[in-house]
Amino acid sequence: MENFDVIVVGGGPAGLSAAISAARAGMKVCVVERGDYPGTKNVMGGVLYTQPTNEVVPDFWKDAPLERPVIEQRYGIMSKDELFTAAYRDPAWGQPPYNAHTVLRVKFDRWLAEEAEKLGVMIVPETVVDDLLYHGDDVVGVRTTRPDGDLGAKVVILAEGANNFVAVKAGLAKPLHPDSVAVVAKEIIALPAEKIEDRFCLEPHEGATIELFGDSTDGILGTSFIYTNKDSISIGVGAMVGAMGRKGWSPNDLLENLKAKPYIKRLLQGGEIKEYLAHLIPEGGYNSVPKLYRQGVMVVGDAAMFVNGLTREGSNLATTSGLIAGKVAAEAIQSGDTSAQAMSVYETRLRDSFVIKDLYKFRNLIGLLENNPHLLGEYPEMLNQAARMYFTIDGTPKTEVFKNIMGVFTKRRGKSGLVKDMFKAWRALK
Amino acid sequence: MKLDDKLYLVRFNTDTLNHIKIKNPDLCLKCKDKVCTFICPAHVYDWDEEENRIAVGYEGCLECGTCRVACTDDNILWEYPRGGFGVSWKNG
Ligand SMILES: Cc1cc2nc3c(=O)[nH]c(=O)nc-3n(C[C@H](O)[C@H](O)[C@H](O)COP(=O)(O)OP(=O)(O)OC[C@H]3O[C@@H](n4cnc5c(N)ncnc54)[C@H](O)[C@@H]3O)c2cc1C
Ligand code: SF4
Ligand code: SF4
Repeated sequence: MENFDVIVVGGGPAGLSAAISAARAGMKVCVVERGDYPGTKNVMGGVLYTQPTNEVVPDFWKDAPLERPVIEQRYGIMSKDELFTAAYRDPAWGQPPYNAHTVLRVKFDRWLAEEAEKLGVMIVPETVVDDLLYHGDDVVGVRTTRPDGDLGAKVVILAEGANNFVAVKAGLAKPLHPDSVAVVAKEIIALPAEKIEDRFCLEPHEGATIELFGDSTDGILGTSFIYTNKDSISIGVGAMVGAMGRKGWSPNDLLENLKAKPYIKRLLQGGEIKEYLAHLIPEGGYNSVPKLYRQGVMVVGDAAMFVNGLTREGSNLATTSGLIAGKVAAEAIQSGDTSAQAMSVYETRLRDSFVIKDLYKFRNLIGLLENNPHLLGEYPEMLNQAARMYFTIDGTPKTEVFKNIMGVFTKRRGKSGLVKDMFKAWRALK
Repeated sequence: MKLDDKLYLVRFNTDTLNHIKIKNPDLCLKCKDKVCTFICPAHVYDWDEEENRIAVGYEGCLECGTCRVACTDDNILWEYPRGGFGVSWKNG
């Protein structure tokens, strides 16, 4: 049996960041990945934020395969064919040090794995980890599904993504619940660069993102996204598995519905579908976070449910948690103590970082939206109705227009209903 | 584009071993909504009227993991295909 200091299960951003940070600290590291190579099983929108990745590979944007730096982020609320949008744009985001880039994960993860290899990390592809390997109660490595596939390690980092089978087997995580994961269907649609730049008002090499709420997911908790790549567009719809099952939706139908909306149709017109993809996003938030460590083991990234659905952040939480875990693993091994207490430093540092602070901040939001479906169902309609009244010039005096707009809200929710909704929202975010 | 045509664009390295099993076909007989038949983004599950059971076309599985979470009776045994087999995205 071959032995390592650290074995990382899964070669996504969490696992590769963990591997790189442990290798930098002098550890002998192995990443076990079930795909042909890191990246071939991975799907994201995807917006990759600069700051955490820059900590993994400084100035990564000089070499990494990135699509476009994001200079505009648009949010929209949809109701049938109506759409209310608002956007923030800053061309400075198109220059170093950048805020975020769009990426395609097959290319990006492969590149990151090659960076890890340069630091001596061994990547073992085409290999599924089935379980941890124990000696008594102590974790001493991993068991893979290959014949004679045991690998020894002083510390194992579980970076297996949303389908966290190993963490569940190890008793750290509970099986996924339909109300805490979203399924996303996504397409890559090829379009010439000039068309993308014209339609999204971009200079060559600049990128833009759009997130849509409301009717684009039929009022189900979730979002739709449209991101510009170099010469393609990523479009997807993600919605909670439980609610989708209850409403009878299929992910592909939700996506087709979105693509048929007037504004969206025009953005995609003439494009050619290159790939159709699907993936889970763990959206259960703080309350779904599993136990993060035990003797010789840490759980990072999506496997630990580190996703902030509201702000579509996942890869950055994965990267940051991976970096911290890799470092804690090295420190523990160097001091000869891989006990649960030594591993608990990982959780302490995570709690001091944005990862758990943000998840905690939004901990009540998912429950609020799930228990109050009208917030995602009726409010988008009301907002668009109000906007229509405000922008319609038909001789109605403005005093009356404002009264009618207020009437829309009070008629549908009642005065006390409105106050209650506002109070609930304030309480969930305070 | 129809779903079948979209799936045609996906690159697979198909395993000869089936990685999806229905644990207890009798439960499916009593299952009202048959969530698996519509929530799977690749339409891997189909109700076979003649045989009165769920037919599983595992070869087209995109490995998202939705079905096993969505089945209301926890009746789907879904494991990863063997290493290197299954879906292999071109872009991700
Ligand atoms: C459609 C979509 C859009 C998204 N958009 C964004 C976005 O715009 N911005 C953002 O920041 N985040 C986004 N996210 C979230 C982001 O993709 C994840 O948070 C991030 O990929 C998590 O990284 P990870 O390394 O923890 O897991 P993953 O990226 O899922 O990597 C897990 C790896 O482990 C491997 N693996 C799993 N099990 C085993 C096993 N048993 N043995 C061996 N290998 C195994 C897998 O093959 C995979 O390579 C999006 C997610 C989806 C699905
Ligand atoms: S949802 Fe589960 S129980 Fe129902 S038909 Fe499908 S596999 Fe059978
Ligand atoms: S894992 Fe996803 S694609 Fe595969 S059968 Fe289940 S729902 Fe369908």
